[in-house]
Order: sequence, then structure tokens, then C-alpha cells
Amino acid sequence: MTNILEVKDLTRQFKSGSKLLTVVNHINFNVSEGTSCAIVGPSGSGKTTLLGLCAGLDRPTSGQITLNGVSLNPLNEDERAKVRNKHVGFVFQTFQLVPTLTALENVMVPLELRGEKTKEVRKHAAELLSDVGLGDRGHHYPTQLSGGEQQRVAIARAFINQPKILFADEPTGNLDTDTGEHIEQLIFDLNQKKGTTLIMVTHDLELASKCDRIIRLRNGKVDEDSAANTQPQAISG
Amino acid sequence: MAAIIVGIAAMVAITSFRQNLTKSVNAQAKELLGADLEVTSHRPFEPELREVLDSLGGQESTVLRFPSMAYYPETGATRLSRIRAFEGDFPFYGEFETIPEQAEKRLQDETAALVDQSFMSQYQISTGDSVKIGTVTYVIAGALVKVPGENPGSSFLGPAIYIPKRTAENTGLLQRGSQIDYVSYFKFPENTDMKAMEDQLGDLQETMNFGFDTVRERQEEVAEAITYLSNFLNMIGFIALLLGGIGVASSIFVYIRHKVNTVAVLRCVGVSSNQAMLIYLIQAASMGFLGSLMGAILGSVIQVYLPALVQDFFPVDIEMFVSWSSIAFGILTGLLISILFALIPLLAVRKISPLYTLRTAAVNLTKLLPNSTKGILALLVCVFITSYAWLMLGEFLPALFFTLGLGFCLVVLTAFAKLIMKLSRSFTKTGLKYEWRQGLANLYRPNNQTTTLLLTFGLGVTMISAIFLTQDMILNQIDFGDQDGLPNIALFDVQYDQNEGVNQIIRKNGFKIVQNAPIVTMRLEAINSRDISEILIDTSRTQRRWALSREYRSTYRDTLLENETLTEGKWIGSIKGLDQAVPVSVENAIMEDLDLSLGDTLTWDVQGIPIQSYIASTREADWDQPQPNFFVVFPKGVLEAAPQFFATTIIVPSQEASMALQREIVQAYPNVSAIDIGQIINSVKELIGKITFVIQFIGFFSIITGLIVLAGTTATSRFQRIRETVLLRTLGAQKKQVVKIQVIEYVLLGIMASLTGLILSVGTSVAIGYFYFEIEFIPDFIIIGAEIAILTLLVLIIGLINTRGIHHKPPLEVLRAEVS
Repeated sequence: MTNILEVKDLTRQFKSGSKLLTVVNHINFNVSEGTSCAIVGPSGSGKTTLLGLCAGLDRPTSGQITLNGVSLNPLNEDERAKVRNKHVGFVFQTFQLVPTLTALENVMVPLELRGEKTKEVRKHAAELLSDVGLGDRGHHYPTQLSGGEQQRVAIARAFINQPKILFADEPTGNLDTDTGEHIEQLIFDLNQKKGTTLIMVTHDLELASKCDRIIRLRNGKVDEDSAANTQPQAISG
Repeated sequence: MAAIIVGIAAMVAITSFRQNLTKSVNAQAKELLGADLEVTSHRPFEPELREVLDSLGGQESTVLRFPSMAYYPETGATRLSRIRAFEGDFPFYGEFETIPEQAEKRLQDETAALVDQSFMSQYQISTGDSVKIGTVTYVIAGALVKVPGENPGSSFLGPAIYIPKRTAENTGLLQRGSQIDYVSYFKFPENTDMKAMEDQLGDLQETMNFGFDTVRERQEEVAEAITYLSNFLNMIGFIALLLGGIGVASSIFVYIRHKVNTVAVLRCVGVSSNQAMLIYLIQAASMGFLGSLMGAILGSVIQVYLPALVQDFFPVDIEMFVSWSSIAFGILTGLLISILFALIPLLAVRKISPLYTLRTAAVNLTKLLPNSTKGILALLVCVFITSYAWLMLGEFLPALFFTLGLGFCLVVLTAFAKLIMKLSRSFTKTGLKYEWRQGLANLYRPNNQTTTLLLTFGLGVTMISAIFLTQDMILNQIDFGDQDGLPNIALFDVQYDQNEGVNQIIRKNGFKIVQNAPIVTMRLEAINSRDISEILIDTSRTQRRWALSREYRSTYRDTLLENETLTEGKWIGSIKGLDQAVPVSVENAIMEDLDLSLGDTLTWDVQGIPIQSYIASTREADWDQPQPNFFVVFPKGVLEAAPQFFATTIIVPSQEASMALQREIVQAYPNVSAIDIGQIINSVKELIGKITFVIQFIGFFSIITGLIVLAGTTATSRFQRIRETVLLRTLGAQKKQVVKIQVIEYVLLGIMASLTGLILSVGTSVAIGYFYFEIEFIPDFIIIGAEIAILTLLVLIIGLINTRGIHHKPPLEVLRAEVS
């Protein structure tokens, strides 16, 4: 299996007053294509920072990230946006839908940004909304949807560009248990059906346990990596 | 806060300036007139009046005022001028300001003249050059900068030239038919009872035709003019302040929306609804106070520059001082406006339930308030506006109309905003490209700026543009220069024996004479056999005084002119003999002022000879054309033998030809005056330009306020914009796509706001043109297009400046902010 994500000696430091804060500290790991990986750890352990760095949303202080064979380091913002638009899907804890667009239009955004034909994109988006059980809610605005429904729209949006890799940041963190489980199911189903690699940041150990692999962070370092036991070929760190 | 600063600055500047001006006028009151009393008459004072004036005692100085051509041999320039031939010690108060100083002293024993300074510099005429008035050549003793009693604004009627009165007779200009004002200035001892004198002269005015002015009256006239001007400017400035109020309301709205959770938490821990509101009210009031204070300081600085704008209209030197009362009033008004407008969103704070700590749903602040509260608030705002306008204007009805007019504009602008939001919503459903759809969607998004911008910026544009368009409309109307077939030179005071000679000069030069009208001066003696003197003292009379007692300059001819329309009766072009009453044609305006009907009889005193006439027809003359028009036209066959002079209008193809012709005529016939219509139009244009500039200067504050409010609202919604931009960037949007969305949004917003404002202003101008000036308004689409482009660019620049740096925010920073 080839690596979709390669992280080498990754460090991210922030200035906090006169102090230098190391949030991600010399982290190394690789993720194989089509697998699922949970990043867990206490608050402040660097989970979201690591996820953002992997997705090209932030620049590391040092170290290398290679996403789908492309090194993110030398790319400028626009080039990285292009990579994300082509290969990456996102699901956020706070859904992050555009409030002025309907559910259907929100799903359409990634492909529309590519300049694809609206008619076809619309059809594709409608199919995806049906897949997440919101086929009849396409014309509703985010405020007219419940939290669970908004997250399902976000999932449909995340999958519309048929991403190679999906980054999910606490996808069930704002949802009740039942809705949360439904969303989990959806993410894992799509992950398997479409062969998408899943990288998920979560506090929920039960949810994490459903992933192929768990990376536990503490103080910006990998404290434990389950793949070290079960999938030694996929990691080196 | 910045919006309040601008509004208060405008207000304090105007009120301070008004106080300074009034104070200066009071301090220089006597210089306004140059004397204690001024008496004017169109003919030499009647013996009875002379007797009364002589009995008043005091010092007297006399002046003859008349228009005449002035010819400057050194430069070849000719110009119709306002001649003042004076003797005695005028001015009694203040002094001539001349370059060199005290040049007026040379007039005492030299054949010298003082000429208007701006005219001299315009035509490169120097002291020591000569000026020929009538048949007398004067040496120019100096340039006239200022004379007590002369209104600086009247110089557009022609430059003033002061000459010694003893030389006036020699000019040959004081003949019959000339328009001469006989003026006497008086200075009385300190303790003279001016009120009694005013009463005495007032009584005398009932039977005699003269005018008089005292220091008190002149002071009142100037004070009234100041009040009118400052009230008007104040109301325009007040609009800027109200726009600031709307800005305050809108930014507090956005601010409170961000604070809903904080308020809910405070309510959870036991803060009462009133306490919660008070927290933010104190905040708003403090900001309002600070803004007003800064505005008052700025206004006090601006007022220093206001005299430069209006010095052409007021005959006083304006002394500047800090007006503490204006500052205090400004701060109080600013504070009140801040609190009043902030109350609208702040009252909603009282309704924020502690339950919102548990809910994440978006809160609609306006929906939290019951309709009754909103109604009361709207009423309070209306009462405030009307009261302020009442205080400023001194009358209730205009104040009410001001509020209603403003309300109407705001309603229209809000309706436009709603319409735009609705339209953009439906456009986003079409197959437009994503950037366009998102840009359009931003117009109706939560925290959108559409309504606020349309209200503030739109109203500013409406006001400025209406002033501008109306000015353009008036200027177009008087701009005869480009109109074919209309005369551009008018000659008057052409004596009977000069008429043929003048006409020959015109014909020799190949120019077309449009009208060569004989003029016979006459006075009304009786209407329907009732004596004018009897009508004048009748307090229940329906005729206007001026129309009864004026000198009529009538003509005779056998045809109607092209610019005249017969409205009633029958046109009779000629009669033979004076055996019966003469059928005359009377213009509608004078029919109204004299309360006449067809068939009424009019008895005229034609220079000593009574002539009986009756109204055979009425006419409507087009007074807008540069043609001599006549209230009364006699048929041919009656007045031919009466003493008369002529008025002639000519079409001359160019300015050079016009100057050459005037020169030739003036040299041959020095008493003939020529009005260069093109020159008059230019002077009027200049004057209108100055007046509208003052209004636009103050009106400009509204545009600035509109832009500040826009900047304020974009700044308050900046966080939301950053979040959205980051989201789009996360999903793979290129920088240019994000920028395109913003540009589309602001360009649309700019176009909509300026277009709405312009539509309203065109409507206003059409209404002003139709109801007030009775002229048709044709908007200049090039000007309107240019205005839209400039205003849209302004909105775009402000919008983009406020969203600068958004693209450099690392996406993760925002996502983390969301998580935490």
C-alpha cells in the first residue's frame, strides 16, 4: 500500500509573548492510502495543529509534509489551496457551512471553485445529499437545519470532490449521541465505499477505536501509536 | 463613533460660524450701511420728502447710482458698470478700502475714479490708467476693495465705479430715460430717536415713492440672511448627524449580536435585564460623548475655514472665536443621538434570555422587540428630529415637512434595499458562476451592509446629487449662449435721435437686430377711474404696492413677438388718433399684481400727458429669454410723438465681435449701455457655483458619514468575513476567487447605493424643476454615469481596505478559534 500522507520530523512553534511555544514537536508518521487514523490526546496536546499542518492549512516551523506524493513545503497558499480542492475533504466540529448558501449550494462549493459546469455539479451534489439522507432538504439554509443535518451537509460537501483523504476535526463533538453515531456511520461508510483515507481528530476514544489506527499525542509528541503493533509497515515514528 | 464625529463637526462648525457671523455683524452694524439712514428714489426727491429730510438734521452725503458703459482706452475694454457718483463724507461709518490706501481722497479735487479691484485685475487695468464714462475721462485713482454699504455679492451685476458727483453732469448720462437712483446718506447725533424717524418716513412712504434703510433694518436683513443660510446648512449638517445615528445603531446591532452569549451568561449569573442593558448603554453613551467631543473640536477647527466660503455673500469682516455654547450644544446633541439610536438594539438586550447559553441558534435582535416598543422608538426618533428642526428653523410646519421628507427618503431607500436583497436572492438561484452567486449572496447575508449603506450613503448621494443636478438644471436654463436665434447683446438707453445711428453700426458690422423696441416711460394715474393715490392708502386694496407706484416702461408695436402668447381678448396692433380709449395689451403677471380684468380702464401719466386706455388683450411673455419684455404694449399710432428711447437686442457670433461692437457703439454714443448677456450668464454661473459649493461642502459631510458607516459595518463584520474567507480557502478557493467575490459584492453595493441615491435625486430635481422653477429637467446621463462610477469606486476602496489582510490569515488560526 502506498503512503497518502508522509510526515517527517514535523515541528510547529508559536510565539506567546516572549516565550516560544512548541505545539508540535518533531513528529514522524506515514498514513497508507484507504486506511483510517484517529489522532487523540488531551486538550492542548497539538491535535488540531497537527491536522491543520497535514492538510496544508498551516506552515510548519520545520519538517516535511507530503500529501498524495506532493510536498506541501514549497507550495504557496494558492498552490496548496489547489491541492486541497483536488485531493482533500474536510469535516469540522462546527460544521462550517456558508450561511448564505442553501444546503445544496454548500455541497456544490468545492467543485464550483474548480469552475466545473453548474448543472452537472448540481446533479452530483443532489445525489450526495440523498446519500446522507437529506435529498429533500437541499433548498434549506444552514440555520433551518439541525446540528446533525448541518454536519451531514458538511460530509456531503467533503466527499463531492472525491477526495483521496478526508480530515475530520471532532466531527461528532457538537452532536448528541444518536446523531453522532449516525454521522460516524456515514463517515466510515463513505470512507470505505469511496476508498478515502480518513484522518480524524477526536476526544472520543470509542470513536477512535473504530479507526484502523490511533495516534495518541501528549505535549506535542506522539505518546503512543497503535499501528506500531498492528500495522508496522505503515509507520515509521 | 467616527460617524458621530463627522456629524457633530458639521453641526458645531455651522453653529459656531453663525454665532461668529452674527457677532461680527452686530459689531460692524453701522458699517453695513455706512450711515444711520439711507434714502433712495428713482427720481429726484420730491419737495415734500426733501423738506422732511432737511428737518431731520444731521450730516448728509448724496450719491447718484446709475448703470453705464465704462471704456478703458489703455486696454480697449468696455464693460457695463454700476456708477456711483458721490459727494460729501460718505461713508460716515467704516471707510473705503482701496489700493493704494486712501485713494478716495484724490476724488475730492481730481477727475478721478475708483474701480472694482477684481475687475481691474481681471482686465489687467492698473492704477493711473484711465476710464471713460459717458463723455468724461477719469484717471483711476485706485482699486476698490470694499465700501461700507455695498453688498459684495452684487458685483456680479457689473463692477462698481466711484466718481465725484460734481463730474456726473458732464458725463451726459443724466438725461431723461436713464435709470438713475437718487440716494442720500445721513448721519445723526447719537441720541436721535431712530424709531420715530422710521415711523415718520414709513408714513410718508404711503404716498410717495421712495425707499429707506436704517442700520437696524440692514442689520435685521443681514441677520435674517445669516439665519436662513445657517439654518439651511444646519439642516444639511443635521442629516449627516442622523446618518451618524443610523451608523451607531447599525454597529451596535452587529456588536450586540456578537455579545448575545455574554449577555446570556450574565443573565444566568443573576444580572437583571435592565442592568444588562445599562452595561451596554453606558458603553454606547461614553462612545457617543467621546465622538461628540472630538466632533466639536474638529468642528471648531473647520469653522475657521467657513468664512472663506461665504465671504462673498456677507458684507462684514468675520472675526473668529471659540463658541462654547455651540460646542456644548453639539456635544449634547451628539450624546442624545447616540443614546437614542443605540436604544433600538440595546432595548433588545433586555430580551436576551439566559436560555441562549444553552442554545446555539442565531438570534434575531429586531425580532426580540415587540412591535409596540419599535413603534415607540420610531416615534421618539421622529419627535427628536422634528424638535431639532423646529429649534433650528423656528417654525413647526417646515420642521414637520423636513421630518416627513426625510422619513420618505428613508422609507424609499429601505424599500430599495429590501428589493435589492430580494433580487440578489433570486439571482443566486440562477446559473451564475459561483463567485457572482456568493458576491450577490453577501448582499443579503446576516450582518449584511445593504440596508445601512443604502440609507446612509444613499441619502448622502441623494442630497449632494440633487443639489448638483438642480444647479446644472438652472445653469442650463440660463445658458443661452449655445441657443440659436437668441440675442446675446442688449443695448439700452439708446436715445431717439441715436437709434438710427446705432442701428447703422450694427448693420454695417453685419449683425442681426432681433428687437428694436421704443420705450416710453409712464406712471399709472388711475385704474377704472380710481386714483392711484387713493388706492395706495386703502388698506383693503388687492393690488400690490410696487405695481401701482412703479414707473412703467412701455412699448408700442403692431405685432406680437415670437416669445409672446395671447391669452385673452383681441390683439389690436394700431389705432388712429386719441379720440377714444387706447386698447392696450397687458402681461399676465401685472394683471395679477394689479388685480385687473379684461376691459378694465387704465389712466396713464405719460410724462405729463394723461392717456386713457383699456385692456383689450392679455399676454403671456416668456421671461426666460434674454429679450426685453413689456408689461404694457400700446398699439401703433399713439405714443410715437412721446419722448422715448430704445432697447435693441442683437445676435453677435463671437465674444470678440461682441467686444468690438460694444467698443464702437460706446465710442460713438457714450450714454448707450450694452449688456453682454454671455458675460452676465458667466457671472451668474459663478455666483450659483459659489452658493452651491457652500451647500455641497456641508452636504459632503453626509457622504463622508456614509463612507464611515460603511467602514464601520465592514469592520464589525470583519471577523465573519475572515471566517468565510478562510473556509473558502480551506475548501480550495484561490485568492483571486475570494477577491473577486468581495469586489463583486462591493461594486454591486456601490452601484446600488449610488444608483438609488441618484434616482431619488433625479426625482427631487425633476420635482424642484417642475414645481419651483417651472422648467423641464433633463438629466445628464454622462454626469450621472460618472457619479455612479466615482461613488462605486469609493465604496469598493473602503470595502477592500477594511477586508485587507484577510488573505494572510492562516486558516488554522480561525478554525482553532472556532474550536475553542
